[in-house]
Amino acid sequence: MNLKLIIRIAKSLLLARFKQTLIAAVGVTFSISMFITLLSFMAGLNDLLDGLLLNRTPHVRLYNEIKPNINQPIYSQFDTNTTHNFIHSIKSTVSRQEIYNSEAIIQTLKKDQRVLGVAPKIISPVFFNDGAIDITGVVNGIEIQSEGKLFHFNEYVTAGDPADIERLSNSIILGKGLADQLLANLGDVVQVATINGERFPLRVVGFFQSGMQEIDKTQSYASIATVQKLKEKPNNYITDIQIKLKDLAKAPQIAKEYNKLFEIDAVDIQTANATFETGSFVRTLISYAVGVVLLIVAGFGIYNILNMMIYEKMNTIAILKATGFAGKDVQKIFLVIAMSIGFFGGLAGLILGFGLSAIIDQIPFETPSLPSVKTYPVSYNPTYYAIGAVFSLITTFLAGWFPSRKASKVDPVVIIRGK
Amino acid sequence: MSNITLEAKNITKYFHDPTTVKVLMDINFSVNKGDFVAITGKSGCGKSTLLYILSTMDTDYEGELWIDGESMVKRKEPDLARVRNEKIGFVFQFHYLLDEFTVLENVMMPGLKLGKYSAEEVENRAMEKLKMLGIENLALKPSNQISGGEKQRVAIARALINNPQIIMGDEPTGNLDQKNSQIVFEVFKQLAEEFKQTLLIVTHDQSFANRTHRIINMEDGKIIA
Repeated sequence: MNLKLIIRIAKSLLLARFKQTLIAAVGVTFSISMFITLLSFMAGLNDLLDGLLLNRTPHVRLYNEIKPNINQPIYSQFDTNTTHNFIHSIKSTVSRQEIYNSEAIIQTLKKDQRVLGVAPKIISPVFFNDGAIDITGVVNGIEIQSEGKLFHFNEYVTAGDPADIERLSNSIILGKGLADQLLANLGDVVQVATINGERFPLRVVGFFQSGMQEIDKTQSYASIATVQKLKEKPNNYITDIQIKLKDLAKAPQIAKEYNKLFEIDAVDIQTANATFETGSFVRTLISYAVGVVLLIVAGFGIYNILNMMIYEKMNTIAILKATGFAGKDVQKIFLVIAMSIGFFGGLAGLILGFGLSAIIDQIPFETPSLPSVKTYPVSYNPTYYAIGAVFSLITTFLAGWFPSRKASKVDPVVIIRGK
Repeated sequence: MSNITLEAKNITKYFHDPTTVKVLMDINFSVNKGDFVAITGKSGCGKSTLLYILSTMDTDYEGELWIDGESMVKRKEPDLARVRNEKIGFVFQFHYLLDEFTVLENVMMPGLKLGKYSAEEVENRAMEKLKMLGIENLALKPSNQISGGEKQRVAIARALINNPQIIMGDEPTGNLDQKNSQIVFEVFKQLAEEFKQTLLIVTHDQSFANRTHRIINMEDGKIIA
């Protein structure tokens, strides 16, 4: 009852100074819409840049690292608890890069509830022969279906059909940079030499472009069977198992677990790309800072207008107090005014922000390094809208708090006698 | 005790700005139920100051104030606001209506604040009061579009809405012409005689005071008669 009356009084006061109120609300609208647009755009760019790496990086990668044997013979004689063993000139062992019992590991992983998908891979360094020149490169043996599903491989293939590497034997997809160096066109045959000196002719069935030139200059993709043939290995030979998880954040813990379970090296994405997150974080921080500054400016606008309104409405405040409204009630009236400016201004801001984001989303943005991107990237993450809404209410509440406190302290006697 | 609506005991007040001046000295008096009292005196004798203390709006004084058998000393601001809302009706020299609202809404406002009756009930009562004062035809007009005399009658209707124990007036006719003063006085008189409404009016209009039931005369912060 009381609140209804307070809202009614607030509404009348608001409408009596409609123009000022509107200007204050427009201030909030402007800052909220800028906040939303800025964050959406920035987040879209972040997602795009993150995607360049994250899309193609497994969350956990299982492989055999080349490293010295942990169990040196001397440890069996003198145990490290009682003695110090000094060994000079340890060398890395010629361990097999092959993952032992890979089939069983993959089956186990596929049953794990936390795993989104598994893709086997063979990484094989090779030389591409072009006349007298040898270009060093890498052939990745991949299972095209899981690679496409988990790592969006198909999006980066700019020419040819990615499925061809499995359909046609002895075929390869070259990085665009590599293809340019080899002067290779679709349908051409390139000579690939393994480290052992074996030469293989492979037919080019596609090009891919990752957005990172260094990668495009060295990488190429073929089917697992083709690479096994290339390396003269049996058909259970793979060197890497790539795992995508349902929850990226759990990667370090799961990597440790697999490391123990399968007795194999496991690296998680956070460890492999430690510096990566910093960039996104700083960009997001800057957008938030700008957004908050805009809101604070709008808050000062509201503060000013409420202050003015209180000076104009001294008589009203005095009469309300004389007829039985407590200081608290008067404060609530002005807080309701401030909050409704924040609410409606903020709501309009969210809608306008969404509109601006949608417009940016339509602006063409074409770059040769990102073939899958046609317009400026924009994120429509509802979190930003929620933050914008909460911020607009908090700022207007604070901007309204001080003037409304002043209003609550108005002494009606001074006003009434002073007339 | 039960017959006393308002009682002031030893009320003393100082003004501290620019220098400390004693403006009210040891004021003692009481108002009984149904009294029609006028406080008179020259400008600056402290009669308005006294009224604002009695109205509970000014709390910076020494002494005791009893309204309807309850002490008003050392009570919290929201508590005093409730007392003003429920037990005291005000009529000021200047109308002090809220310009943003219609006449009816102005009258209803303290009633809605009290929250004792539903909005419809308050509206009915407000219309009743306006009818009693003969201005029911103004009910839906914006309050800044009526004449000064009408405004003062609306203010009286507003003062009456919660059936207060006492109505206080600070020069209620001070800003009105002869004709309108007469109308307002007649309203007060009717309230006192027909409805046994307790009234405490501050005025320097001697002819107005002479026609009330009791005159409290003040001079230099003291009651002299």
